[in-house]
Amino acid sequence: MVETVLETHGLTMRFGGVVAANNVDFRLGRRELRCLIGPNGAGKSTFFKCVTGLQTPTSGTVYMRGQETTDWRPHQVASLGVGIKTQVPNVMDGLSVHENIWLAARRFLPSREASQRTRDIIERLGLGDLSRRDLGQLAHGERQRVELGIVAVTDPWLVLLDEPAAGMSAEDVERMTGIIYELNRTAAIIIVEHDMQFIRSIASTVTVFHQGSILMEDHVDRVMADPTVRNVYLGKNA
Amino acid sequence: MDLFAVILVEILYSIASLILISAGLAVVFGMMKVINLAHGEFMMLGGYATIVAVNQGVNVFIAMLVIAPITVGLIGLVVERLVIRHLYGRLVDTMLATWGISLLFIGLATMIFGNTTTGISTPISGFSVGTYQINGYNFFIILVAMVLVLGLYIVLKLTRLGLIARGAMQRADMAAALGYSPSRIYMATFFCGAALSGLAGAVLAPLVGLVPTSGGAYIAKAFITVIAGGPSLIAGLASSAGLFGVTSQVFAFSISPMAGEIALLVAAVVLLRLMPQGITGRFFKGKV
Amino acid sequence: MQNQFGRDAFALLVTAGVLVWIAPLVISTYTLTVLIVYGMLALSLGLIWGYGGILCFGQAAFFGLGAYTYAIAAINIGESTLPMLLAIIVPFIFAMMLGAMMFYGRLGDVYVGVITLVVTLILYRFINSTAGPQFVLGKARLGGFNGIPGFQTLNVPGNPDSYIWGDGLYYFAAAALVVVLLLVSWLLASPFGRIAVGIRENETRMSLMGYDVAARKTLLFALGAAIAGLAGALFANWAEIVTPSLFSLGQSAEIIIWCIAGGLGTRFGPIIGAAALAYLKFLLGQQTLVDNTVIMGLILVLFVLFLPKGIVPAVVSGWTTLFGRRGAGKATALRRNRAGRGAVSHG
Repeated sequence: MVETVLETHGLTMRFGGVVAANNVDFRLGRRELRCLIGPNGAGKSTFFKCVTGLQTPTSGTVYMRGQETTDWRPHQVASLGVGIKTQVPNVMDGLSVHENIWLAARRFLPSREASQRTRDIIERLGLGDLSRRDLGQLAHGERQRVELGIVAVTDPWLVLLDEPAAGMSAEDVERMTGIIYELNRTAAIIIVEHDMQFIRSIASTVTVFHQGSILMEDHVDRVMADPTVRNVYLGKNA
Repeated sequence: MDLFAVILVEILYSIASLILISAGLAVVFGMMKVINLAHGEFMMLGGYATIVAVNQGVNVFIAMLVIAPITVGLIGLVVERLVIRHLYGRLVDTMLATWGISLLFIGLATMIFGNTTTGISTPISGFSVGTYQINGYNFFIILVAMVLVLGLYIVLKLTRLGLIARGAMQRADMAAALGYSPSRIYMATFFCGAALSGLAGAVLAPLVGLVPTSGGAYIAKAFITVIAGGPSLIAGLASSAGLFGVTSQVFAFSISPMAGEIALLVAAVVLLRLMPQGITGRFFKGKV
Repeated sequence: MQNQFGRDAFALLVTAGVLVWIAPLVISTYTLTVLIVYGMLALSLGLIWGYGGILCFGQAAFFGLGAYTYAIAAINIGESTLPMLLAIIVPFIFAMMLGAMMFYGRLGDVYVGVITLVVTLILYRFINSTAGPQFVLGKARLGGFNGIPGFQTLNVPGNPDSYIWGDGLYYFAAAALVVVLLLVSWLLASPFGRIAVGIRENETRMSLMGYDVAARKTLLFALGAAIAGLAGALFANWAEIVTPSLFSLGQSAEIIIWCIAGGLGTRFGPIIGAAALAYLKFLLGQQTLVDNTVIMGLILVLFVLFLPKGIVPAVVSGWTTLFGRRGAGKATALRRNRAGRGAVSHG
């Protein structure tokens, strides 16, 4: 059995009378690539926020590499070596590409090494020409790529991505898929995504959320073929 | 028993004056998300408008309840057209600009009225309860505050104007989509807010000696009452004014008036720390 | 980076040296001293607001706290060295506690503004009400609205009878400002400073990177307070009296006006803004036609409307357009209202 890097037990999140996540038991193995799907309001984003510490769950527990992180704040979770990308692009628009990625690298490395690694990552992401440009001046796809760079530069062992493909061109998506595979060589990855095309191209295990709970968990092809899933989710979209 | 009655009146008066002080700011903040730091100076101008009118021989109640609100409302209109409308959506810049306007008004008032205390006598005489003296004018303040809250409620809840206003509070672009010019809604709101500030300043003027810097004493109280109240205009105003009014009077009676003032400010800081969304951000959700 | 800081520091020292030497030929050292003090005070707000994005409406609280700490300690001790240090430490600790309360509560910009404003007001009210004889700290009477006069002013360390005053105080204050400016420059070039700017730009992102945003903001806030406290102590030495007006809202407003006019997100903007506007106020003080407050208010309104980034960034960008290269003072100007986004989340 593979080592478990992320585990939740009975994770529940209530907003007033609404149960956004209901008793979610979830487990992710080392270097696993997992997609979370489900219709709007299915609870996948709430689950994501509870795991990253952006929200504190009403009840239930979260473990990362065996350590309980339930009430931790985002910076504590990130300090464990978890790379997080939120749904809305979360970058420093007033700072350059280099500065953005350097700040991420500096958290775990001394300044000089951080600069070195930053340059490497910028090269690998094909952002070399834009290195000194402010992020506010870049196109959406380029900013998304920078944010992936922010996540990748710290060599995380767990990566959490909320809708990384949203609003990207086909070419950008392809490039990003490459980056994700590369990250996956050393890290377990969770991707919250709407875009079925993209999920198919990654072809991983998929966890389907529905009304706050996990509906099923299986390989993408079998999930797509399942009549219940088609009914609750794909039936409306596909 | 007499003491109890006196304390009750004092607490009611304290709540009422907080409501009066904050109403203008609350309307402008609630509707426009503009924090008007010149609010205290609008009140100060309301006070001066009353005094000038009374000295011209106008009946004091007409001066307080009619002339002062209209004068200050018009001043507010000018401020909105010249400055505020260029800064919508820039929250921090509006705060800074209105702080500048507040200094400007303090300076102008100093040039016109001089840096001395002026005042008018209270138009209602006091009476005694047992061995205690009660200021009759306090009842007038309580009455005005009650009428004000009731009026705001009726306007917001029952009239077409209030419907538009509540719509604009929820989503400014919605009102625009329904064909109401946001620019005119904002103009009207700022006029009303300024007029309420003027009214408050006028009604409170007989109780305090007026100096050009009088506004400073009001702004912090108004500010914290509104922010602590949270998103609902009337429920927020009433609940936070109630809380702070009781707190300050309890400390004022048991220690000293200064302790009451400080207790109010400390209570506000603690409250904001515990409930950054304000009282109605947590309780009484969805009320007006 | 180190090398660049070295060159930067050298240029700064040379410029400062020349300015300190020339300025007394034009303006009296007595006036210059207070301009320097105000410059330092503006720098303290410029640091936390311009680089940390912390909207503090009560910087005057730390200024007053520094001044009062100095005065009270100087009366009790009778020698100025320890009081000077205390004037830095006390505001630092006070701001640490206040900052921790605000930033660990994850309060938005506007609330930080409100709370700092209210705290300033509490201090002002309190100090104003201490006229009675029961308000005594050691040998020092707080004196209410009359303030505290007659404390030991700055002396050569260890020698209470050899005072540093007049021209001496001017050179001392100038040296202090240069040292503070060098420290601030070093801080901003260091990872701590760069991380602070990152937090100003996007708090959420920085915390998702693993930075403890609350702790860092608290520390930066306290460092700003320490600088303001030092400025307060220097002011106490210059004025030889401390009064509650140091804590007043008017004083807080002026610090903000200096920063806005000079330019946030620059090191020199606030200092230049403070010196220029304080000198303007001094000149205006000699006429009676227009009230000073009118002018200050007008300046604030006009700057917010027409030159919201302030003078220094405008001059720098003008220079860049004219000559096609970056002038002095690399400015990462603060966009105030984007930083203020999400500050008020009322529906």
